[in-house]
Amino acid sequence: METPLLIFNENGIYCKEANVYLDPWHPVDRAIITHGHADHSRWGNKEYITHTTNVPIIKHRLGEIVVHGKEYNEKFVVNNVTFSLHPAGHIIGSSQVRVEHKGEVWVFTGDYKIENDGVATPYEPVKCHTFITECTFGIPPFKWVPQEQVFKNINQWWANNREEGKTSVLFGYSLGKAQRLLKYLDTSIGKIYTHGAIENMTEVLRPQVLFPPTTLITRDTKKKELIGNIVLAPPSAHGSTWIRKMVPFVTASASGWMAFRGARRRRAIDKGFVLSDHCDWEGLLKAIESTGAEKIIATHGYTEIFSRYLRDQGYDARTEQTQFEGEMNELNTEPEEKPAP
Amino acid sequence: MKLFANLIRDLDSTNKTTAKVAALVDYFNKAPDADKVWAIAILSHRRPPRPVNTTIVRSWAAESANIPLWLFEESYHIVGDLAETIALVVPSSQNSCDKSLSHFIKEIIELKSLDDKEKKTYLVKNWKALAYYESFVFNKLITGSLRIGISQKLMTRSLSISTGLEEDVLAYRLMGNWDPGTTTFHNLIIEQRKSDYVSKPYPFYLAYGLEGKIDELGNVTDWNIEHKWDGIRAQIIVRNQEVFIWSRGEELVTDKYPEFHGMPGNIPDGTVLDGEILAFPNGVIGSFNDLQTRIGRKNISKNLLKKSPVILKVYDLLEWEGIDIRNLSLLKRREQLELLLKNPNVGKLPLYLSENKLLNSWEEVAKERSKSREHRSEGLMLKRKDSPYRVGRKKGDWWKWKVDPLSIDAVLTYAMRGHGRRTNLFTDYTFALWDKDRSELVTFAKAYSGLTDAEFRKVDSWIKKNTLERFGPVRSVTPKLVFEIAFEGVALSKRHKSGIATRFPRILKWRQDKKIEEANSLEDLKMMIPFLDSV
Ligand SMILES: [Zn+2]
Ligand SMILES: [Zn+2]
Repeated sequence: METPLLIFNENGIYCKEANVYLDPWHPVDRAIITHGHADHSRWGNKEYITHTTNVPIIKHRLGEIVVHGKEYNEKFVVNNVTFSLHPAGHIIGSSQVRVEHKGEVWVFTGDYKIENDGVATPYEPVKCHTFITECTFGIPPFKWVPQEQVFKNINQWWANNREEGKTSVLFGYSLGKAQRLLKYLDTSIGKIYTHGAIENMTEVLRPQVLFPPTTLITRDTKKKELIGNIVLAPPSAHGSTWIRKMVPFVTASASGWMAFRGARRRRAIDKGFVLSDHCDWEGLLKAIESTGAEKIIATHGYTEIFSRYLRDQGYDARTEQTQFEGEMNELNTEPEEKPAP
Repeated sequence: MKLFANLIRDLDSTNKTTAKVAALVDYFNKAPDADKVWAIAILSHRRPPRPVNTTIVRSWAAESANIPLWLFEESYHIVGDLAETIALVVPSSQNSCDKSLSHFIKEIIELKSLDDKEKKTYLVKNWKALAYYESFVFNKLITGSLRIGISQKLMTRSLSISTGLEEDVLAYRLMGNWDPGTTTFHNLIIEQRKSDYVSKPYPFYLAYGLEGKIDELGNVTDWNIEHKWDGIRAQIIVRNQEVFIWSRGEELVTDKYPEFHGMPGNIPDGTVLDGEILAFPNGVIGSFNDLQTRIGRKNISKNLLKKSPVILKVYDLLEWEGIDIRNLSLLKRREQLELLLKNPNVGKLPLYLSENKLLNSWEEVAKERSKSREHRSEGLMLKRKDSPYRVGRKKGDWWKWKVDPLSIDAVLTYAMRGHGRRTNLFTDYTFALWDKDRSELVTFAKAYSGLTDAEFRKVDSWIKKNTLERFGPVRSVTPKLVFEIAFEGVALSKRHKSGIATRFPRILKWRQDKKIEEANSLEDLKMMIPFLDSV
C-alpha cells in the first residue's frame, strides 16, 4: 500500500512527498501554519508559510522568523504537491490547508467555525477525499446560539454592572476571542480597557480590522476611572494581583466551555457567556457533510466519541493523536505548563 | 416556570448572601401565592416524590435529541448532570413558559400514576416547549435532584423583607411537617398565631478572645470560671408546654435534637436556657467530630440517637417563670439555674450544669486551662459575676481564653486550586503523616489557610513543577515539603482514612528547614488524643 498523503509522526502532520509539515509541534525545516494560536504555531521552524493576515500575528508572537504569506485560494506547488489555503473562520488569518497530489485531495482544518463572526474571513467548505478535522466541542451538548444574542447579553451585563457601580472584567483569549469581543462591545455604555497582552495583540491587528478605541491599564490607571467600564483580560489574569485594581468588579468568561454550569463554577467566575471560535456539534457535522469527504480523521477534542459517531453514520472515520490543545487553554489557565517527568 | 427558573438561575450563579436574598425577595414579590409555598418547600428540601425512573428518561431524551443512547450516555458522563444534559441535547424552545410552578408540580405529582407512554408524551412535550434553563429546572424536578438549598436563615430573612413579618416568627412558622400540597401561603406565612411569640429566642451574648494579661482582669473571685465547651451554642425555650431549640445562627433546630423533647412538663413553662449542645457517647463528653454525625441530619434514626446522643451543658438562665431576667447579675441567674437543675424531675433530662471552677488565684486558673483538653474543652470562659446578659458581642464582661493550638509536622501530598481570588493558585493542600513503621505516608488533614500570599505563590509554582499525577482538579505531588499544621482538637474517627480527625487544621508554618524523614507520624498524633482509653 502507498504511504498516505499526510501522516502523523512525532513532529506533526507530515506530507512526505513535499517534505512539508502542517502545524508541527517540534521544529522542522518547512511548516505550513493554519493560525496564530500557540499550539498551532510553535517556535523553531526554519521556514513558515501561512496566510498573509497571519504573518504579523506570528511575527509578533515568535519574533524574527522566515515567513512567506499566501492569499486564500492561491495555489503553490512543492515537489509536485499542490497546496492552498482556505478560510477557516476561526480567528483572523486562520486557514484550512488543502493538499492535492495525483488527483487525491486532503484538507486539514486547523481550528475552525462555520459561523461568520464578522472579524475573521468566513469559513468556506472545501471538497476533499480525506478531511482532518478538529472536534474540540464534538459532543451533542455543545450547541451555540447566534453571536448577536450573546453580544446582546454581554452588553446588557456590562450596562447592569455599570448601574451597580461595578467594573466589568471579561475574560477571553488574547488572540481571537478578545478582538471578537472588542468588535461588538457597545461603546455607548462606557470605555473599554485592556490588559497588556490583549492591547499588544489588538495593536498588531488594527491595520486589518476596524476596532473601537481601547485604553491600556497601566500602573498609573486609577481605580476610580475604571468603575462602570469594561476590562478585557486574558483568562490567566483571573485570580492574579493585577485584577485587584478593578475592585469592585464582576467577572465573566466568554468561552464554549461556559455551556456547562460546572465549568463556570469550577473557575469561580460570576458569569459565563457561551461564545466559541470552534464549531459546535451540529457545525462539525454540517462541515463534514459539505466537504463530501469519505474519510475523516478527528484530532484534538472528543475524538473517540466523535469518530465513533461518524462510523455509525457510515463514514470511514478514525482518530489521530496530536499535540493541539483546542480551546482547553481557556479552562486551564496555566500557560505552557508541563508536569514533571 | 420562567419566574422560578430565573430564581434558580440567580441562586445558582452567586455565593453572595445579599444577592441570594435579593433574588428570593424579588421572587416572593412577584410569584403567585401557591408558587411561593412550593418554592419554599423545594428550597428547604421538601421535594415532591420523583415520578419517573431516570434510566428510562435517558432513553427518551436520546430519542428526542435524535442521537444514539450510547452518545447520550457519553455526553451525560462529560456534563456530569442528567437534568443539564437533557436540557442541552434536546432542542429547547426559544420562548419562555408562563405556566406556574404549582401547575407543573401538580402535573408532576400526577405523572407518577400514568403509564410509560403517557409519561413519555408529557416529558417530550415539555422539553420542546420550555426554554433552555426552564427545561433544566423542569428536569431537576422530575428527576428529584434539585439540590439548591437555602438555609433557614436566608429563607426567613427574605420572607421577612417581602412580608414585613419578623424573622424569628417566620422561622417558627416554617418549622415541622407542613404539606406544600395542602398548605396555602396565607396559612403558612401570613396568618397571625397566638403561638408565634412562644418560640421567640433572646439574642445571644458572645464573648471576645482574651486580650492582654490574665491578671489584669482584677480579683479572681469576681469571675465565674467555666470550661469553654466545643459544641453548638444553643438556647432552649420551654413555654406553653412546648420546647424550641435555637442554634447560634438563630436557626430553629428543635427537630434535630429529640433528647430535649421531654422538657415540657418537667421544666416549668417560661424557662429559657443558654448552653452548649455536646455529643455524649458512652456517657462522656465526645468530640466535635462525634457531634458532626448529628448536625447535618434531618432524620434522626433510633440507632443514631443511641450511638451519638447529645446533652446540653447549661451555663445561663435567661427567662424564669416567664420573666426576662437578663438584667439580673450572672451570680443571681446561676443561683436560680442551679436550683432548677437540682430538681429531681429535671435530673432525668440530659441537662448538665457547666460548673463554675472555684479557684483562688490566676495561677490556678492558668493550670485549669492547661487541663482543658482532658475535659474535652477548648479552654476557659471567664464571666464577670455581677454582669447582666448582654446582646451580641460586647467587650468586658465575658472573655474566652482558649488553649494554644496543637501542632504537628506533616508532608504535603496533594494540592487543589483555591477559591475566590485564589482560583489560579494551588492553595488547597492535603497533608500526610508517616504510618507506624514510617514506610508510608497516610493522609490526615486538609488545610488551605495560614501561608502568606508570597508563600502560596512559591508553593504553587513548586507544585506545578513537581506534579506526579492529575485526578481532575487534584494533583499528587512529590513528597518533599514539610509544613507545621496547627489544629484545635483531635479525636478518633472511623470516617477518616487515618482513623483520626483534627479540628480546624491550618498551616502554621512552612518548615523549609525540615526533610520529610523528620515529619511526624500518626502515632505521634494519636498521643495527642485526650483520654484515649474511654473511646
Ligand atoms: Zn486556535
Ligand atoms: Zn486547535
